[in-house]
Amino acid sequence: MRKLTTPFIGLSAGMLFVAPWIINAAPYESTMGLVQKVFYFHFPAAILFLASAIICGIASLRFLFFKKPTADAWAVASAELGLLFGAMTLVTGPLWARKAWGVWWVWDPRLTMSLVLFLIFAAYAILRKYGGPGSDKLAAGMALFGMLNVPFIYVSVNIWRTLHPMTSVVPTLPTEFGIPLWFCFAAFTMLFVALLNLRATLALHEARVEALYLDEDEA
Amino acid sequence: MNDFFRVAWHVVRKDMTVEIRSKEILLTTLLFAVSVVLIFSFAIVREGRAPDDVAAGILWVAISFAGTLAMGRTFERERYNDTLRALLLAPADRPAIYAGKLLGLLLLLGLVEIMLVPLVALLFNAPIFAFPGMLIALLVAGTLGFAAVGTLFAAMLVRVRSRDTLLPVLLYPITVPVMICGVRGTAALFQATPDEPMARLWMGILVAWDVIFVTLALWTFEPVMTE
Repeated sequence: MRKLTTPFIGLSAGMLFVAPWIINAAPYESTMGLVQKVFYFHFPAAILFLASAIICGIASLRFLFFKKPTADAWAVASAELGLLFGAMTLVTGPLWARKAWGVWWVWDPRLTMSLVLFLIFAAYAILRKYGGPGSDKLAAGMALFGMLNVPFIYVSVNIWRTLHPMTSVVPTLPTEFGIPLWFCFAAFTMLFVALLNLRATLALHEARVEALYLDEDEA
Repeated sequence: MNDFFRVAWHVVRKDMTVEIRSKEILLTTLLFAVSVVLIFSFAIVREGRAPDDVAAGILWVAISFAGTLAMGRTFERERYNDTLRALLLAPADRPAIYAGKLLGLLLLLGLVEIMLVPLVALLFNAPIFAFPGMLIALLVAGTLGFAAVGTLFAAMLVRVRSRDTLLPVLLYPITVPVMICGVRGTAALFQATPDEPMARLWMGILVAWDVIFVTLALWTFEPVMTE
């Protein structure tokens, strides 16, 4: 996995560099016009936001129930990426909504629960930073509860009638809209995987240094 | 299974005995809840009249604030007296200990709510006797969901630095779904023309969240409390 980090970062940097031209080449959406192009960044960010919650939850599950100490590093890494991609989702969303719906924000189920999930990630980060020793298990418990929101956020637009487009929009997208979308999605996903790897490796190194210090103290 | 309830009952009885002797948590929580309601009434009452449809929101804010205070204190007492380790060393199922702690907290919060609900009804014109059964069910289910997560987090936070500030920061985002269902359901009952089917709908969602939260909390209590 680690060998892929450098090529992934290079490739995603290149792809994100040319993304503006590809997005520019896509046709205008008939009702929303130019502002619909926010979608090409909003959708990948939102999907990776949800993915990071799932990765964080599964890693925490392995850490708590199967006593895998290395899983904790993956949980930390994905939680921080959740903050990053969550921020991207929550910034691009209102930019689009202002033009498409006329308001920056509505309290519909998907928007509300996305904000809540972002707050859960923020609380997780604060706990990890200021909780001190013993906070890793609590953080893992927190991540498990946070993961519950993901299916809810995903299906919410199909259950309640809301302003947010339904999940059926993406699979039925015409090809000329689909190409820039999946291009951006691939670029962001590679960036996500590379950052996840780097951050998890860093967390593992931190844990090793910590263990070495403790050994030194005892000796 | 019988053992489970026996252990839970012993934990409840222990907590209640301590509480009846000191009354510390009940009195502080109750006074705090009343203060919250009073601050709200000073903040929003204009020209001697409260705005319509605010009672449900204020009631649930007061319950969640007071609940946070109470759950922090129940485990602080165990930490202060160094009895948490003894409790965990007891040859009993950890989930049963959790269930006992949760029941104790629910009893306390129930007592607080018995005094809080009429106060809110009085100050903000809430028709609490229109659908008393539904209102009680919403209060019980909402408090259960909130306290189920709160008990778990408060127990885990005992070993963590700056636990008093962290508890609300961690607890509120997680319990937002329960709060939304509680507030919406109660608001439907408190409207000028009460909407019972709407309250029933929110009650259903609330019960679903309760089941999820209680199951997950019972399930995670054991590994998180193991050294």
